[in-house]
Amino acid sequence: MYEFSYHKVASVADAVAAMSAADDGKYVAGGQTMLPTMKHRLASPSDIIDLGGIAELSGITVAGDTLTIGAMTTHAAVAASAEVQAMIPSLAQLAGNIGDPAVRNRGTIGGSIANNDPAADYPAAVIALGATVHTNKREIAADDFFTGMFETALAEDEIITSIDFPKPLAAAYMKFENPASRYAIVGVCVAKTASEVRVGVTGATTCAHRGQRLEAVLNSDFSSAACDAVEIPLERMNSDIHASAEYRAHLVKVMAKRAVDACA
Amino acid sequence: MPTVTMNVNGNSVSAEVESRTLLVQFLRESLRLTGTHIGCDTSQCGACVVHVDGKSIKSCTMLAVMADGCDVATIEGLASEGKMHSMQQAFMDNHGLQCGFCTPGMVMSALDIVKRNGHKLDEATVRKELEGNICRCTGYHNIVKSIQAGAKAMGD
Repeated sequence: MYEFSYHKVASVADAVAAMSAADDGKYVAGGQTMLPTMKHRLASPSDIIDLGGIAELSGITVAGDTLTIGAMTTHAAVAASAEVQAMIPSLAQLAGNIGDPAVRNRGTIGGSIANNDPAADYPAAVIALGATVHTNKREIAADDFFTGMFETALAEDEIITSIDFPKPLAAAYMKFENPASRYAIVGVCVAKTASEVRVGVTGATTCAHRGQRLEAVLNSDFSSAACDAVEIPLERMNSDIHASAEYRAHLVKVMAKRAVDACA
Repeated sequence: MPTVTMNVNGNSVSAEVESRTLLVQFLRESLRLTGTHIGCDTSQCGACVVHVDGKSIKSCTMLAVMADGCDVATIEGLASEGKMHSMQQAFMDNHGLQCGFCTPGMVMSALDIVKRNGHKLDEATVRKELEGNICRCTGYHNIVKSIQAGAKAMGD
């Protein structure tokens, strides 16, 4: 890891000021991806601005049918939260299956979605649940947030402050995980609301996305059997040492069916 | 260079570090607390697990400067007055180690497991909770037994 200047800030405004003063600064949340990336010298920022000291970015609140999770809330805190378990139990379950217990004590929801790893779990849920990402500048709908591999709609100096999740009628996330890293080889989140069914897919392609073919059939027939008729196109599927494109396409359907069954 | 101050095993320590110094490097090289091991250095193996403000973390994936002002607990802080902690004793009694390299991390993770899941642990819970700790000798069987026994002993 190359040396850098470290800044611990106490407010979002201080973080933005530190970023604007830096040559090539990076915000760090829990650091569970950032630090390994820097060790590999895949990133060598001039400045690291640690958001860990900003109290206002952590915490979980419920207002009516909206669950709000602060960006710096750890996976362990989401998994253990009575509010999350009551409002969207599948989200608590998702958080409790990221990495391992020690990683969950550091990794955060804001860090995960800002990083947008193609195999991360949270993006599938953010998309399927139709969440809204709040930043220090604006709010961004889930459908507009994830724009490409490790790319999001966030500007360089923009900071996620919290994520709003509307309570669904039912939701479930199923992943076929890599047994070593526990990243999703394929993960599918299905959410049913009064007006529609939404499907979020992660791990399958370069970026988490809506499973629109699955949504189309599930909106008229919400059953796992209905998924059988869906053709998952191969051309955008990832193919690597873990799984071929054909296998991933197959897994998208299998995980979707399991998620639909778990919603029942 | 930044100065960090933290409480390690009940002792206040202060030192200059580079920003890029990992917490595990600080513990091992600056404080000479070499009980915390570096296995993979990629947050997979868990040999470097310590507690920061009461929570288990991988000290190879946290900067020393991030732990400024925190309470840190390492394997060296468990025994008191020459007597091993119940969890350490359980590893010894149940042959929960062979080469011993993973053991400090296993014990620190075990204490975190007990804290969150109580003193009566079933095998499935222990195995699931140990996902972040790798052992290449034992096949885990006796580690699981050790943690169950240690958890029980801590509750007695």
